Amino acid sequence: MIPIAYNVRSVVQRPVSTALTALGVGLVVAVFIGMLALANGFSVALAKTGSTRNVLVLRKGADSELSSGLGRDVSSIIAADPHVATGADGRPLVSPEVYVLVPLAKAFDTTQIANVVARGVSDQAWLVRNNVTITEGQRPASGRAEVCVGSRLTQRFPHTGIGQTLRFAGRDWTVTCHFTAAGSAFESEIWGENEQFMPVFRGEVFQSITFRLKDPAAFEEAQRALQADKRMTVDAHRESEFYAQQSQLLGQILNFLAIMITGIMAVGAVFGAINTMYAAIASRAPEIGVLLTLGFKPGSVLISFLAESAFIAVIGGLLGCLFALPLNGIVTSTTNWSSFSEIAFSFRVTPALLSLGLIFAVVMGVIGGFFPALRAARLQVVQALR
Amino acid sequence: MKYLRLVLANLGRHKLRSILTIASVALALFLFASLRSVTTTMAAAAQFGGARRLVTLNATGLVFPLPLAYGNRIKALPGVTGLSWANWFGGRYGDGKNFFANFAVDAESYLDLYPEIVLPADQKQAFLQDRTGAIIGDRLISQFGWKLGQNVTLQGTIFQGDWTFKIDGVYHPTDPAIGDNVLIFHHAYFDERIGRAGIAGWYIVEIDDPSHAAAIAKSIDDVFRNSSSPTKTGTEREFQASFATMWGNVSFLMSTIGLAVVFAILLVTANAMMMSARERTGEIAVLKTVGFSDRLLFALVMVEAGALALTGAAIGLGGATLLYPAINFNGAGFLPGFKVATSTLIIGALVALGLMLASGLVPALRAARLPIVQALRKVE
Repeated sequence: MIPIAYNVRSVVQRPVSTALTALGVGLVVAVFIGMLALANGFSVALAKTGSTRNVLVLRKGADSELSSGLGRDVSSIIAADPHVATGADGRPLVSPEVYVLVPLAKAFDTTQIANVVARGVSDQAWLVRNNVTITEGQRPASGRAEVCVGSRLTQRFPHTGIGQTLRFAGRDWTVTCHFTAAGSAFESEIWGENEQFMPVFRGEVFQSITFRLKDPAAFEEAQRALQADKRMTVDAHRESEFYAQQSQLLGQILNFLAIMITGIMAVGAVFGAINTMYAAIASRAPEIGVLLTLGFKPGSVLISFLAESAFIAVIGGLLGCLFALPLNGIVTSTTNWSSFSEIAFSFRVTPALLSLGLIFAVVMGVIGGFFPALRAARLQVVQALR
Repeated sequence: MKYLRLVLANLGRHKLRSILTIASVALALFLFASLRSVTTTMAAAAQFGGARRLVTLNATGLVFPLPLAYGNRIKALPGVTGLSWANWFGGRYGDGKNFFANFAVDAESYLDLYPEIVLPADQKQAFLQDRTGAIIGDRLISQFGWKLGQNVTLQGTIFQGDWTFKIDGVYHPTDPAIGDNVLIFHHAYFDERIGRAGIAGWYIVEIDDPSHAAAIAKSIDDVFRNSSSPTKTGTEREFQASFATMWGNVSFLMSTIGLAVVFAILLVTANAMMMSARERTGEIAVLKTVGFSDRLLFALVMVEAGALALTGAAIGLGGATLLYPAINFNGAGFLPGFKVATSTLIIGALVALGLMLASGLVPALRAARLPIVQALRKVE
């Protein structure tokens, strides 16, 4: 075996060329990691929104909360259902909710309007959604025009500070608290009381009813019972699955873009790497001749040059990881077209993505180095040494 | 011209290398053109809108309807020359995987207000007379294999039930922003089936003069200011632009990635081109000995770099320009009228020139300044 040190030294011998190739690979890896981090952040935000212990009830056929509508009768039928868990006070853990979109002007550019979710909840909602915690202030009091604002909204929209008034649906709403929800889509929502939201929005109708299952394993049974109930026409979804499904469309688009863009980039970068390695080998033909004369087998020459190419790629991969790391946590927002609402989420650069980026780099290096290394291994000693 | 053969011979010596270099430049510029076209297409869609059309929405938000009774009151306002209304339907076809827009419109007035929707006169007539008929954009024909006269059933998501429409006509939009993947049916039928709720999602108001737009919009909103459903009226362009802003930072993201792509591949390519030039030190010395001037050698090396960069650019940019219309690409319905703008081609060409300079300048200068004696000493 030719010692790896030989390759490392050769690489260091031509710093400019190595740096340029590594930088090129690094940028490809950075874009690869960055785009997957974006897709990942979006999916995670929505996946975290739902709980596996909750059931979301919509009108039959509705594919989002926006297109659903349920009467008060449905809400009482569900509250009386035996599958619903009860709280410490003995009341069923059910939240019939009003779900609407309100146009709000953004803080940095008031001509830009975003459709923000306004969710009217019952006081049980704060228990049903156990990932929601109030970080500051008091929960809206029943019977008053008060709202609680998700933490992702406070930076991006004006008048969302505690004590300020937010105007939508032709009324003023006092902001009494801020809440977080473990990075989920709820953090991009405004919560108020359902009885306050009903008259100003769509009248006597809820959009969804969410309840906590008494026995999380009994979802199928509860679903069957609710959907078979002749008094109402509803679809019951496991809350976690429902929100994961809401992320599907955009998540797929983002993943597709990531793969397509980095795929094309990678091919371009591999072509570049092949050229670089061919040129490197051409200029080192005598060296290779010496190696072969010394008795190294063509096989080890092949492996040696593959290792060299992979080594350059790994440097590039590490650079790419370094470029991509600062993206972690950056908040961006877009419209989730499945629900038509704006959702803010952060880039999530995970260790798994970083290692994927490194593997990607090595694969590029090995593919790029293979044919040049093959040529090196096949050099005739006499010719190479001439 | 007599040096062309020399340049070509040089390029042809390492055929594989030249091809790979050209291919990587082509890929970089293809990707650049594609990403930038996403941005320009979205910007173009935001610019769509007849100057004489206003859109009136419910001030509470896009998803809230307006009473149908508003129509007559808007029509009576000075400066209003035409009026139509529409309602988002949101029906699902089949398994719902292939989403397309569908809405109910007041057919006669809608087609009058939108001359961009072009369909044969007999089909238009058939549609206007068929209460449960619909017209569709020509993309839907190819997407689903529907035929004229066929019945199509949508499942209502907002408005329950199965809704069956007969395809009376196929239109082709003269403006891509109209959308060629839309199903339009009669508002009268819609209203009847939902129990005469008397709602309109939005009104389209035609005005006499574009310069009156702001004043007329204000007068419409003033009429309904203290009603149960206050309105928000703006030009159609503003309405379209508000959809474009919903994407948030997507444009910025695309431009950033585009830059990274171009930069990454150019780095690698420039490096390869420089390395190949370095191998030819001896040859250049020989050429100098034979009497080639410094300036000529500089030019020859630059032309060689330029040939690689520009050929790659032509393939990449040309490929993108031809490919997208050929496959009728519209970004799954999100990017109607997707095309590579002229500005993108110009920027792409500039990038190629930049690459030529970046990769050609160093070797060209080296070639021009090369001392013959020293260079020839290395040649065996």
